[in-house]
Amino acid sequence: MSPEIIALLGDGFVETVIMVIGSGILGSVIGIPLGVLLHVTDKDGLMPRLATNAVVGVLVNAVRSTPFIILLVAIYPLTRLLVGTTIGTTATLVPLVIGVAPFIARLVETSLREVDRGLIEAAQSMGATNMQIINKVLLPEALPGIVAGVTIAIVTLVGYSAMAGAIGGGGLGDIGIRYGHNRYMPDVMWTVVLILIVFVQVIQSFGDWCVRKVSKR
Amino acid sequence: MIEIEHLSQTFKAPDGKDVHAIKDVSLHINKGEIFGIIGRSGAGKSTLVRTINFLTQPTQGRVVVNGQCLNDLSLAQLRQIRTKIGMIFQHFNLLSSRTVFDNIALPLELQKTPKAEIEKKVTHLIDLVGLNDHKDKYPSQLSGGQKQRVGIARALANDPMVLLSDEATSALDPETTRATLELLQHINRTLGVTIVLITHEMEVVKEICHRVVVMDQGQVVEAGTVLDVFRHPKHPTTRAMLADIMIHDMPQRIIDNVKTLIAAAEEKGRFAKLLRLTFIGSEVTLPVLSMLTRTYNVDFNILQGQVEELQGSNFGMLTILAESPDQQTFEAATQFLAQNHVEFEEVPL
Repeated sequence: MSPEIIALLGDGFVETVIMVIGSGILGSVIGIPLGVLLHVTDKDGLMPRLATNAVVGVLVNAVRSTPFIILLVAIYPLTRLLVGTTIGTTATLVPLVIGVAPFIARLVETSLREVDRGLIEAAQSMGATNMQIINKVLLPEALPGIVAGVTIAIVTLVGYSAMAGAIGGGGLGDIGIRYGHNRYMPDVMWTVVLILIVFVQVIQSFGDWCVRKVSKR
Repeated sequence: MIEIEHLSQTFKAPDGKDVHAIKDVSLHINKGEIFGIIGRSGAGKSTLVRTINFLTQPTQGRVVVNGQCLNDLSLAQLRQIRTKIGMIFQHFNLLSSRTVFDNIALPLELQKTPKAEIEKKVTHLIDLVGLNDHKDKYPSQLSGGQKQRVGIARALANDPMVLLSDEATSALDPETTRATLELLQHINRTLGVTIVLITHEMEVVKEICHRVVVMDQGQVVEAGTVLDVFRHPKHPTTRAMLADIMIHDMPQRIIDNVKTLIAAAEEKGRFAKLLRLTFIGSEVTLPVLSMLTRTYNVDFNILQGQVEELQGSNFGMLTILAESPDQQTFEAATQFLAQNHVEFEEVPL
Protein backbone atom coordinates (compact mmCIF):
# COMPACT_ATOMS: atom_id res chain seq x y z
CA MET A 1 0.00 0.00 0.00
CA SER A 2 1.27 3.43 -0.90
CA PRO A 3 1.92 6.08 1.77
CA GLU A 4 -0.95 8.10 0.27
CA ILE A 5 -3.38 5.27 0.90
CA ILE A 6 -2.08 4.81 4.44
CA ALA A 7 -2.54 8.55 5.12
CA LEU A 8 -6.03 8.27 3.63
CA LEU A 9 -6.86 5.37 5.95
CA GLY A 10 -5.59 7.41 8.92
CA ASP A 11 -7.87 10.33 8.04
CA GLY A 12 -10.75 7.93 7.42
CA PHE A 13 -10.27 6.36 10.82
CA VAL A 14 -10.37 9.75 12.54
CA GLU A 15 -13.57 10.61 10.68
CA THR A 16 -15.16 7.29 11.67
CA VAL A 17 -14.21 7.85 15.29
CA ILE A 18 -15.75 11.35 15.19
CA MET A 19 -18.96 10.05 13.62
CA VAL A 20 -19.33 7.07 15.96
CA ILE A 21 -18.35 8.69 19.24
CA GLY A 22 -19.99 12.03 18.42
CA SER A 23 -23.32 10.49 17.48
CA GLY A 24 -23.01 8.02 20.37
CA ILE A 25 -22.76 10.87 22.85
CA LEU A 26 -25.45 13.04 21.26
CA GLY A 27 -27.66 9.98 20.74
CA SER A 28 -27.37 9.15 24.45
CA VAL A 29 -28.17 12.72 25.44
CA ILE A 30 -31.45 12.39 23.53
CA GLY A 31 -32.04 8.66 23.89
CA ILE A 32 -31.63 8.26 27.67
CA PRO A 33 -34.25 10.87 28.64
CA LEU A 34 -36.49 9.44 25.93
CA GLY A 35 -36.11 5.96 27.43
CA VAL A 36 -36.94 7.35 30.89
CA LEU A 37 -40.02 9.05 29.42
CA LEU A 38 -41.14 5.80 27.81
CA HIS A 39 -40.67 3.92 31.07
CA VAL A 40 -42.35 6.32 33.49
CA THR A 41 -45.35 7.10 31.26
CA ASP A 42 -46.10 3.41 30.79
CA LYS A 43 -49.28 2.09 32.37
CA ASP A 44 -47.40 0.52 35.28
CA GLY A 45 -44.92 3.39 35.41
CA LEU A 46 -44.31 6.12 37.95
CA MET A 47 -46.57 8.62 36.23
CA PRO A 48 -48.76 6.83 33.70
CA ARG A 49 -49.56 9.07 30.69
CA LEU A 50 -50.88 6.63 28.16
CA ALA A 51 -51.38 9.13 25.32
CA THR A 52 -47.84 10.52 25.63
CA ASN A 53 -46.49 7.00 25.88
CA ALA A 54 -48.32 5.91 22.74
CA VAL A 55 -47.19 8.92 20.66
CA VAL A 56 -43.54 8.62 21.72
CA GLY A 57 -43.69 4.86 21.25
CA VAL A 58 -44.99 5.16 17.70
CA LEU A 59 -42.36 7.78 16.79
CA VAL A 60 -39.57 5.63 18.20
CA ASN A 61 -40.83 2.58 16.33
CA ALA A 62 -41.23 4.56 13.10
CA VAL A 63 -37.59 5.69 13.14
CA ARG A 64 -36.41 2.25 14.15
CA SER A 65 -38.27 0.54 11.31
CA THR A 66 -37.00 2.93 8.64
CA PRO A 67 -33.89 1.41 7.00
CA PHE A 68 -30.97 3.65 7.88
CA ILE A 69 -29.95 4.19 4.27
CA ILE A 70 -33.42 5.62 3.55
CA LEU A 71 -33.43 7.69 6.75
CA LEU A 72 -30.15 9.22 5.62
CA VAL A 73 -31.57 10.70 2.44
CA ALA A 74 -35.08 11.25 3.76
CA ILE A 75 -33.91 13.81 6.31
CA TYR A 76 -31.61 15.75 3.96
CA PRO A 77 -33.75 18.91 4.43
CA LEU A 78 -33.37 18.71 8.21
CA THR A 79 -29.64 18.08 7.91
CA ARG A 80 -29.25 21.07 5.62
CA LEU A 81 -31.25 23.19 8.04
CA LEU A 82 -29.12 22.22 11.02
CA VAL A 83 -25.63 21.98 9.49
CA GLY A 84 -25.96 23.95 6.26
CA THR A 85 -24.83 21.05 4.07
CA THR A 86 -25.56 17.34 3.59
CA ILE A 87 -21.98 16.41 2.80
CA GLY A 88 -19.13 15.84 5.23
CA THR A 89 -18.55 14.24 8.57
CA THR A 90 -20.45 16.85 10.61
CA ALA A 91 -23.49 16.53 8.36
CA THR A 92 -23.66 12.76 8.95
CA LEU A 93 -24.06 13.36 12.69
CA VAL A 94 -27.67 14.46 12.14
CA PRO A 95 -29.00 11.21 10.63
CA LEU A 96 -26.74 9.12 12.85
CA VAL A 97 -28.08 10.76 16.02
CA ILE A 98 -31.68 10.54 14.83
CA GLY A 99 -31.14 6.92 13.84
CA VAL A 100 -29.53 5.81 17.10
CA ALA A 101 -31.45 7.83 19.72
CA PRO A 102 -34.67 5.74 19.50
CA PHE A 103 -32.56 2.57 19.65
CA ILE A 104 -30.88 3.80 22.82
CA ALA A 105 -34.27 4.85 24.18
CA ARG A 106 -35.62 1.29 23.87
CA LEU A 107 -32.49 -0.21 25.43
CA VAL A 108 -32.72 2.24 28.33
CA GLU A 109 -36.43 1.50 28.76
CA THR A 110 -35.63 -2.21 28.98
CA SER A 111 -32.96 -1.75 31.64
CA LEU A 112 -35.23 0.55 33.67
CA ARG A 113 -37.89 -2.15 33.60
CA GLU A 114 -35.40 -4.48 35.31
CA VAL A 115 -35.26 -2.26 38.40
CA ASP A 116 -37.10 -3.98 41.25
CA ARG A 117 -40.47 -2.34 41.94
CA GLY A 118 -39.78 -2.78 45.64
CA LEU A 119 -37.08 -0.12 45.41
CA ILE A 120 -39.56 2.38 44.01
CA GLU A 121 -42.00 1.49 46.76
CA ALA A 122 -39.26 1.94 49.36
CA ALA A 123 -38.40 5.37 47.96
CA GLN A 124 -42.07 6.35 47.97
CA SER A 125 -42.36 5.24 51.58
CA MET A 126 -39.53 7.70 52.36
CA GLY A 127 -41.49 10.53 50.79
CA ALA A 128 -39.50 10.76 47.55
CA THR A 129 -40.90 12.79 44.63
CA ASN A 130 -41.08 11.20 41.19
CA MET A 131 -38.09 13.22 39.99
CA GLN A 132 -36.10 12.04 43.01
CA ILE A 133 -37.08 8.46 42.28
CA ILE A 134 -35.86 8.81 38.68
CA ASN A 135 -32.58 10.47 39.63
CA LYS A 136 -31.71 8.65 42.83
CA VAL A 137 -33.22 5.22 42.32
CA LEU A 138 -34.13 4.31 38.74
CA LEU A 139 -31.12 5.68 36.85
CA PRO A 140 -28.39 4.63 39.33
CA GLU A 141 -29.89 1.15 39.67
CA ALA A 142 -30.25 0.71 35.90
CA LEU A 143 -26.82 2.20 35.14
CA PRO A 144 -25.04 -1.09 34.35
CA GLY A 145 -27.80 -2.00 31.88
CA ILE A 146 -27.77 1.48 30.37
CA VAL A 147 -24.00 1.37 29.87
CA ALA A 148 -24.27 -2.07 28.25
CA GLY A 149 -27.06 -0.74 26.00
CA VAL A 150 -25.11 2.33 24.93
CA THR A 151 -22.16 0.04 24.11
CA ILE A 152 -24.38 -2.03 21.82
CA ALA A 153 -25.69 1.16 20.22
CA ILE A 154 -22.17 2.48 19.57
CA VAL A 155 -21.16 -0.79 17.92
CA THR A 156 -24.25 -0.49 15.72
CA LEU A 157 -23.16 3.06 14.88
CA VAL A 158 -19.94 1.70 13.35
CA GLY A 159 -22.08 0.02 10.71
CA TYR A 160 -24.33 3.06 10.30
CA SER A 161 -21.29 5.33 9.87
CA ALA A 162 -20.04 3.23 6.96
CA MET A 163 -23.39 3.76 5.21
CA ALA A 164 -23.37 7.46 6.02
CA GLY A 165 -19.82 7.66 4.75
CA ALA A 166 -20.67 6.03 1.46
CA ILE A 167 -23.05 8.83 0.57
CA GLY A 168 -20.69 11.67 1.32
CA GLY A 169 -19.74 11.52 4.95
CA GLY A 170 -16.21 10.22 4.68
CA GLY A 171 -14.72 7.74 7.09
CA LEU A 172 -13.40 4.21 6.67
CA GLY A 173 -16.55 2.78 5.10
CA ASP A 174 -16.36 5.38 2.37
CA ILE A 175 -12.73 4.46 1.65
CA GLY A 176 -13.54 0.78 1.65
CA ILE A 177 -16.23 1.26 -1.01
CA ARG A 178 -14.50 3.83 -3.19
CA TYR A 179 -10.99 2.37 -3.21
CA GLY A 180 -11.57 -1.22 -2.24
CA HIS A 181 -14.66 -1.93 -4.29
CA ASN A 182 -14.95 0.69 -7.08
CA ARG A 183 -11.21 0.82 -7.92
CA TYR A 184 -10.73 -2.86 -7.25
CA MET A 185 -8.15 -2.57 -4.46
CA PRO A 186 -9.03 -5.58 -2.28
CA ASP A 187 -6.11 -4.97 0.07
CA VAL A 188 -7.60 -1.57 0.97
CA MET A 189 -11.01 -3.12 1.56
CA TRP A 190 -9.66 -5.85 3.81
CA THR A 191 -7.55 -3.36 5.73
CA VAL A 192 -10.69 -1.28 6.35
CA VAL A 193 -12.55 -4.38 7.52
CA LEU A 194 -9.67 -5.34 9.80
CA ILE A 195 -9.47 -1.86 11.35
CA LEU A 196 -13.22 -1.88 11.98
CA ILE A 197 -13.07 -5.32 13.59
CA VAL A 198 -10.36 -4.14 15.99
CA PHE A 199 -12.27 -0.89 16.61
CA VAL A 200 -15.48 -2.73 17.51
CA GLN A 201 -13.51 -5.10 19.71
CA VAL A 202 -12.01 -2.16 21.60
CA ILE A 203 -15.42 -0.46 22.03
CA GLN A 204 -17.02 -3.67 23.32
CA SER A 205 -14.19 -4.40 25.77
CA PHE A 206 -14.24 -0.84 27.04
CA GLY A 207 -18.03 -1.02 27.44
CA ASP A 208 -17.80 -4.31 29.33
CA TRP A 209 -15.14 -2.83 31.58
CA CYS A 210 -17.39 0.15 32.33
CA VAL A 211 -20.32 -2.16 33.14
CA ARG A 212 -18.16 -4.10 35.60
CA LYS A 213 -17.01 -0.82 37.11
CA VAL A 214 -20.53 0.50 37.77
CA SER A 215 -22.20 -2.80 38.66
CA LYS A 216 -22.30 -3.48 42.40
CA ARG A 217 -24.70 -6.38 42.29
CA MET B 1 -51.35 7.06 67.20
CA ILE B 2 -52.98 5.24 64.27
CA GLU B 3 -56.71 4.96 63.69
CA ILE B 4 -58.07 2.87 60.89
CA GLU B 5 -61.80 3.23 60.43
CA HIS B 6 -63.99 0.98 58.29
CA LEU B 7 -61.30 0.43 55.75
CA SER B 8 -61.99 -1.51 52.58
CA GLN B 9 -59.81 -2.12 49.57
CA THR B 10 -61.05 -3.56 46.32
CA PHE B 11 -58.83 -4.44 43.36
CA LYS B 12 -59.77 -5.32 39.82
CA ALA B 13 -58.46 -8.75 39.03
CA PRO B 14 -57.11 -9.41 35.52
CA ASP B 15 -60.33 -11.27 34.70
CA GLY B 16 -62.38 -8.17 35.55
CA LYS B 17 -63.78 -9.47 38.83
CA ASP B 18 -63.53 -7.42 42.00
CA VAL B 19 -61.16 -8.75 44.62
CA HIS B 20 -61.86 -7.58 48.16
CA ALA B 21 -58.40 -7.46 49.70
CA ILE B 22 -59.66 -5.78 52.87
CA LYS B 23 -63.22 -5.75 54.16
CA ASP B 24 -64.34 -3.18 56.71
CA VAL B 25 -61.30 -3.24 58.98
CA SER B 26 -61.11 -0.92 61.98
CA LEU B 27 -58.03 -0.74 64.18
CA HIS B 28 -56.68 1.45 66.90
CA ILE B 29 -52.94 1.36 67.46
CA ASN B 30 -51.55 3.03 70.57
CA LYS B 31 -48.48 5.20 70.76
CA GLY B 32 -45.38 3.26 71.69
CA GLU B 33 -46.74 -0.25 71.32
CA ILE B 34 -45.66 -3.09 69.09
CA PHE B 35 -48.78 -4.06 67.23
CA GLY B 36 -48.88 -7.34 65.34
CA ILE B 37 -51.01 -8.14 62.32
CA ILE B 38 -50.88 -11.83 61.59
CA GLY B 39 -52.47 -13.85 58.83
CA ARG B 40 -51.74 -16.29 56.09
CA SER B 41 -50.54 -15.04 52.73
CA GLY B 42 -53.40 -13.41 50.85
CA ALA B 43 -55.19 -12.42 54.05
CA GLY B 44 -54.81 -8.74 53.15
CA LYS B 45 -52.24 -7.76 55.75
CA SER B 46 -49.69 -6.33 53.31
CA THR B 47 -52.39 -4.24 51.68
CA LEU B 48 -53.55 -3.09 55.10
CA VAL B 49 -50.10 -1.96 56.21
CA ARG B 50 -49.64 -0.03 52.95
CA THR B 51 -52.71 2.03 53.69
CA ILE B 52 -51.04 3.34 56.85
CA ASN B 53 -48.65 5.39 54.68
CA PHE B 54 -51.08 5.55 51.76
CA LEU B 55 -48.80 3.64 49.40
CA THR B 56 -52.14 2.02 48.72
CA GLN B 57 -55.08 4.36 48.73
CA PRO B 58 -58.05 2.59 50.31
CA THR B 59 -61.28 2.31 48.35
CA GLN B 60 -63.24 3.13 51.48
CA GLY B 61 -62.53 4.21 55.03
CA ARG B 62 -60.24 6.61 56.82
CA VAL B 63 -56.69 6.42 58.10
CA VAL B 64 -55.59 8.85 60.79
CA VAL B 65 -51.93 8.99 61.81
CA ASN B 66 -50.91 11.19 64.71
CA GLY B 67 -54.09 13.22 64.42
CA GLN B 68 -53.76 13.78 60.66
CA CYS B 69 -56.30 12.17 58.39
CA LEU B 70 -54.33 10.87 55.40
CA ASN B 71 -57.43 10.94 53.21
CA ASP B 72 -57.48 14.76 53.41
CA LEU B 73 -53.81 15.36 52.59
CA SER B 74 -52.37 16.66 49.32
CA LEU B 75 -49.63 14.63 47.65
CA ALA B 76 -46.97 17.01 48.99
CA GLN B 77 -48.36 16.77 52.53
CA LEU B 78 -48.52 13.01 52.17
CA ARG B 79 -44.83 12.90 51.22
CA GLN B 80 -44.09 14.98 54.29
CA ILE B 81 -45.88 12.64 56.67
CA ARG B 82 -44.33 9.60 54.99
CA THR B 83 -40.92 10.79 56.16
CA LYS B 84 -42.25 10.22 59.68
CA ILE B 85 -43.46 6.70 58.90
CA GLY B 86 -40.51 4.39 58.33
CA MET B 87 -40.99 1.11 56.51
CA ILE B 88 -39.00 -2.11 56.28
CA PHE B 89 -39.59 -4.90 53.80
CA GLN B 90 -39.31 -8.65 53.46
CA HIS B 91 -36.79 -8.36 50.63
CA PHE B 92 -35.04 -5.37 52.21
CA ASN B 93 -35.32 -3.20 49.06
CA LEU B 94 -31.85 -1.74 49.36
CA LEU B 95 -30.25 0.08 46.44
CA SER B 96 -27.59 -2.23 45.02
CA SER B 97 -25.70 0.77 43.66
CA ARG B 98 -25.22 2.33 47.09
CA THR B 99 -23.04 1.37 50.03
CA VAL B 100 -24.48 0.68 53.47
CA PHE B 101 -23.73 4.26 54.46
CA ASP B 102 -25.28 5.75 51.33
CA ASN B 103 -28.38 3.55 51.58
CA ILE B 104 -29.04 4.82 55.08
CA ALA B 105 -28.30 8.37 53.92
CA LEU B 106 -30.86 8.21 51.10
CA PRO B 107 -33.96 9.34 53.05
CA LEU B 108 -31.93 12.22 54.47
CA GLU B 109 -30.69 13.22 51.01
CA LEU B 110 -34.27 13.26 49.81
CA GLN B 111 -35.05 15.80 52.53
CA LYS B 112 -32.05 17.90 51.49
CA THR B 113 -30.39 17.42 54.86
CA PRO B 114 -26.98 19.18 55.13
CA LYS B 115 -23.97 16.89 54.50
CA ALA B 116 -22.51 17.26 57.98
CA GLU B 117 -25.77 16.29 59.60
CA ILE B 118 -26.18 13.27 57.30
CA GLU B 119 -22.68 12.13 58.28
CA LYS B 120 -23.50 12.46 61.97
CA LYS B 121 -26.90 10.79 61.82
CA VAL B 122 -25.90 7.90 59.58
CA THR B 123 -22.83 7.15 61.70
CA HIS B 124 -25.06 7.04 64.77
CA LEU B 125 -27.59 4.76 63.06
CA ILE B 126 -24.88 2.39 61.79
CA ASP B 127 -23.70 2.15 65.37
CA LEU B 128 -27.26 1.55 66.63
CA VAL B 129 -27.81 -1.42 64.31
CA GLY B 130 -24.28 -2.74 64.84
CA LEU B 131 -22.86 -2.47 61.33
CA ASN B 132 -19.74 -0.43 62.12
CA ASP B 133 -17.47 -2.77 60.20
CA HIS B 134 -19.63 -2.79 57.10
CA LYS B 135 -20.39 0.83 56.35
CA ASP B 136 -18.59 0.91 52.99
CA LYS B 137 -19.84 -2.45 51.76
CA TYR B 138 -22.47 -2.91 49.07
CA PRO B 139 -25.67 -4.85 49.81
CA SER B 140 -24.47 -7.78 47.67
CA GLN B 141 -21.65 -8.27 50.18
CA LEU B 142 -23.99 -8.55 53.17
CA SER B 143 -25.95 -11.42 54.74
CA GLY B 144 -29.75 -11.27 54.95
CA GLY B 145 -29.70 -10.23 58.59
CA GLN B 146 -27.20 -7.46 57.89
CA LYS B 147 -29.30 -6.24 54.95
CA GLN B 148 -32.35 -5.99 57.18
CA ARG B 149 -30.30 -4.01 59.70
CA VAL B 150 -29.48 -1.56 56.94
CA GLY B 151 -33.20 -1.46 56.10
CA ILE B 152 -34.05 -0.73 59.74
CA ALA B 153 -31.40 1.99 60.03
CA ARG B 154 -32.66 3.55 56.79
CA ALA B 155 -36.24 3.51 58.07
CA LEU B 156 -35.13 5.30 61.24
CA ALA B 157 -33.14 8.02 59.46
CA ASN B 158 -35.84 10.67 59.63
CA ASP B 159 -36.73 9.95 63.28
CA PRO B 160 -40.10 8.36 62.49
CA MET B 161 -43.01 8.12 64.92
CA VAL B 162 -44.10 4.84 63.38
CA LEU B 163 -42.19 1.93 61.90
CA LEU B 164 -44.08 -0.36 59.52
CA SER B 165 -42.60 -3.81 59.18
CA ASP B 166 -43.85 -5.87 56.25
CA GLU B 167 -42.75 -9.48 56.86
CA ALA B 168 -39.34 -8.11 57.79
CA THR B 169 -38.08 -11.41 59.17
CA SER B 170 -39.76 -13.80 56.75
CA ALA B 171 -36.69 -14.17 54.56
CA LEU B 172 -34.38 -14.75 57.52
CA ASP B 173 -33.35 -17.91 59.36
CA PRO B 174 -34.65 -18.44 62.91
CA GLU B 175 -31.52 -17.23 64.65
CA THR B 176 -31.28 -14.06 62.56
CA THR B 177 -35.01 -13.56 63.02
CA ARG B 178 -34.55 -13.53 66.76
CA ALA B 179 -31.66 -11.06 66.59
CA THR B 180 -33.64 -8.79 64.27
CA LEU B 181 -36.68 -8.89 66.54
CA GLU B 182 -34.48 -8.03 69.50
CA LEU B 183 -33.23 -5.02 67.59
CA LEU B 184 -36.80 -3.91 66.85
CA GLN B 185 -37.71 -4.35 70.49
CA HIS B 186 -34.68 -2.33 71.52
CA ILE B 187 -35.69 0.45 69.14
CA ASN B 188 -39.24 0.40 70.46
CA ARG B 189 -38.04 0.67 74.04
CA THR B 190 -35.27 3.22 73.63
CA LEU B 191 -36.71 5.46 70.92
CA GLY B 192 -40.39 4.97 71.72
CA VAL B 193 -41.19 4.25 68.08
CA THR B 194 -44.61 2.66 67.53
CA ILE B 195 -44.12 -0.51 65.50
CA VAL B 196 -46.75 -2.12 63.28
CA LEU B 197 -45.55 -5.57 62.42
CA ILE B 198 -46.97 -7.77 59.68
CA THR B 199 -46.13 -11.43 59.83
CA HIS B 200 -47.38 -14.92 59.13
CA GLU B 201 -45.37 -16.42 61.97
CA MET B 202 -46.89 -16.74 65.47
CA GLU B 203 -43.36 -17.07 66.76
CA VAL B 204 -42.71 -13.43 65.81
CA VAL B 205 -45.89 -12.24 67.53
CA LYS B 206 -45.05 -14.28 70.60
CA GLU B 207 -41.59 -12.81 70.74
CA ILE B 208 -42.23 -9.08 70.69
CA CYS B 209 -45.83 -7.96 70.09
CA HIS B 210 -47.97 -6.37 72.77
CA ARG B 211 -51.27 -6.65 70.95
CA VAL B 212 -52.22 -8.59 67.88
CA VAL B 213 -55.01 -8.90 65.34
CA VAL B 214 -55.54 -11.98 63.25
CA MET B 215 -56.62 -11.45 59.67
CA ASP B 216 -58.37 -13.91 57.43
CA GLN B 217 -59.75 -13.20 53.97
CA GLY B 218 -59.47 -9.46 54.38
CA GLN B 219 -61.16 -9.30 57.76
CA VAL B 220 -60.01 -9.04 61.35
CA VAL B 221 -61.22 -12.26 62.94
CA GLU B 222 -59.59 -11.93 66.31
CA ALA B 223 -57.98 -9.14 68.32
CA GLY B 224 -56.52 -8.69 71.77
CA THR B 225 -53.39 -8.72 73.85
CA VAL B 226 -50.98 -11.43 72.84
CA LEU B 227 -51.56 -13.17 76.14
CA ASP B 228 -55.34 -13.19 75.62
CA VAL B 229 -55.09 -14.51 72.11
CA PHE B 230 -52.66 -17.21 73.17
CA ARG B 231 -54.81 -18.26 76.11
CA HIS B 232 -58.17 -18.18 74.42
CA PRO B 233 -57.85 -18.44 70.67
CA LYS B 234 -61.38 -18.39 69.28
CA HIS B 235 -61.26 -18.33 65.53
CA PRO B 236 -60.17 -21.49 63.68
CA THR B 237 -57.52 -19.50 61.77
CA THR B 238 -55.99 -18.32 65.02
CA ARG B 239 -55.97 -21.83 66.41
CA ALA B 240 -54.43 -23.18 63.24
CA MET B 241 -51.72 -20.51 63.26
CA LEU B 242 -51.05 -21.06 66.95
CA ALA B 243 -50.62 -24.76 66.25
CA ASP B 244 -47.13 -23.94 64.96
CA ILE B 245 -46.02 -23.24 68.48
CA MET B 246 -48.81 -24.46 70.80
CA ILE B 247 -51.16 -27.34 70.44
CA HIS B 248 -54.73 -26.35 71.11
CA ASP B 249 -56.49 -29.13 69.34
CA MET B 250 -56.18 -32.74 70.43
CA PRO B 251 -55.79 -35.56 67.95
CA GLN B 252 -59.09 -37.34 67.31
CA ARG B 253 -57.80 -40.67 68.65
CA ILE B 254 -57.08 -39.12 72.05
CA ILE B 255 -60.46 -37.39 72.10
CA ASP B 256 -62.19 -40.71 71.46
CA ASN B 257 -60.20 -42.24 74.26
CA VAL B 258 -61.13 -39.39 76.61
CA LYS B 259 -64.81 -39.80 75.76
CA THR B 260 -64.67 -43.44 76.80
CA LEU B 261 -62.93 -42.56 80.05
CA ILE B 262 -65.49 -39.86 80.90
CA ALA B 263 -68.35 -42.23 80.15
CA ALA B 264 -66.78 -44.89 82.41
CA ALA B 265 -66.35 -42.38 85.25
CA GLU B 266 -69.92 -41.17 84.96
CA GLU B 267 -71.15 -44.73 85.09
CA LYS B 268 -69.48 -45.04 88.47
CA GLY B 269 -71.33 -41.91 89.58
CA ARG B 270 -68.20 -39.77 89.45
CA PHE B 271 -67.72 -36.44 87.69
CA ALA B 272 -65.13 -36.05 84.92
CA LYS B 273 -64.15 -33.28 82.53
CA LEU B 274 -61.39 -32.51 80.06
CA LEU B 275 -59.84 -29.17 81.07
CA ARG B 276 -57.24 -26.91 79.60
CA LEU B 277 -55.34 -24.96 82.23
CA THR B 278 -53.24 -21.95 81.35
CA PHE B 279 -51.01 -20.04 83.69
CA ILE B 280 -48.28 -17.44 83.82
CA GLY B 281 -45.22 -18.63 85.72
CA SER B 282 -44.78 -15.51 87.81
CA GLU B 283 -48.41 -15.56 88.99
CA VAL B 284 -48.58 -19.12 90.18
CA THR B 285 -46.64 -19.60 93.36
CA LEU B 286 -48.33 -22.64 94.93
CA PRO B 287 -48.03 -26.26 93.84
CA VAL B 288 -51.60 -26.04 92.64
CA LEU B 289 -52.08 -29.44 91.08
CA SER B 290 -50.92 -31.54 93.99
CA MET B 291 -53.03 -29.38 96.33
CA LEU B 292 -55.96 -30.08 94.07
CA THR B 293 -55.52 -33.76 94.67
CA ARG B 294 -54.95 -33.53 98.41
CA THR B 295 -57.55 -30.91 99.30
CA TYR B 296 -60.31 -31.61 96.81
CA ASN B 297 -59.78 -35.24 96.08
CA VAL B 298 -59.54 -34.57 92.38
CA ASP B 299 -57.61 -37.10 90.35
CA PHE B 300 -56.16 -36.14 87.05
CA ASN B 301 -54.36 -37.43 84.01
CA ILE B 302 -52.05 -35.05 82.17
CA LEU B 303 -52.70 -35.54 78.48
CA GLN B 304 -50.58 -32.76 77.15
CA GLY B 305 -48.43 -29.98 78.50
CA GLN B 306 -46.24 -27.18 77.30
CA VAL B 307 -44.32 -24.24 78.68
CA GLU B 308 -43.43 -21.33 76.43
CA GLU B 309 -41.65 -18.10 77.07
CA LEU B 310 -44.11 -15.34 76.32
CA GLN B 311 -42.92 -11.76 76.59
CA GLY B 312 -40.46 -12.39 79.33
CA SER B 313 -42.48 -14.73 81.53
CA ASN B 314 -43.29 -18.39 81.37
CA PHE B 315 -46.61 -19.27 79.89
CA GLY B 316 -47.78 -22.78 80.62
CA MET B 317 -50.58 -24.84 79.23
CA LEU B 318 -51.80 -28.20 80.49
CA THR B 319 -54.59 -30.34 79.20
CA ILE B 320 -55.83 -32.64 81.96
CA LEU B 321 -58.61 -35.11 82.41
CA ALA B 322 -59.90 -34.26 85.90
CA GLU B 323 -62.09 -36.65 87.86
CA SER B 324 -63.80 -35.91 91.16
CA PRO B 325 -66.36 -37.71 93.39
CA ASP B 326 -69.16 -35.26 92.53
CA GLN B 327 -69.95 -31.99 90.83
CA GLN B 328 -69.74 -29.92 94.03
CA THR B 329 -66.16 -30.81 94.81
CA PHE B 330 -65.35 -30.31 91.20
CA GLU B 331 -66.68 -26.76 91.27
CA ALA B 332 -64.87 -26.00 94.52
CA ALA B 333 -61.71 -27.26 92.91
CA THR B 334 -62.09 -25.03 89.88
CA GLN B 335 -62.71 -22.08 92.17
CA PHE B 336 -59.47 -22.86 93.91
CA LEU B 337 -57.74 -22.81 90.52
CA ALA B 338 -59.19 -19.42 89.63
CA GLN B 339 -58.13 -17.96 92.98
CA ASN B 340 -54.61 -19.06 92.25
CA HIS B 341 -54.46 -17.40 88.83
CA VAL B 342 -54.79 -20.56 86.84
CA GLU B 343 -57.27 -20.04 84.06
CA PHE B 344 -59.21 -23.01 82.84
CA GLU B 345 -61.66 -23.89 80.18
CA GLU B 346 -63.46 -27.02 79.29
CA VAL B 347 -62.15 -28.55 76.11
CA PRO B 348 -65.07 -29.22 73.80
CA LEU B 349 -65.27 -32.86 72.78
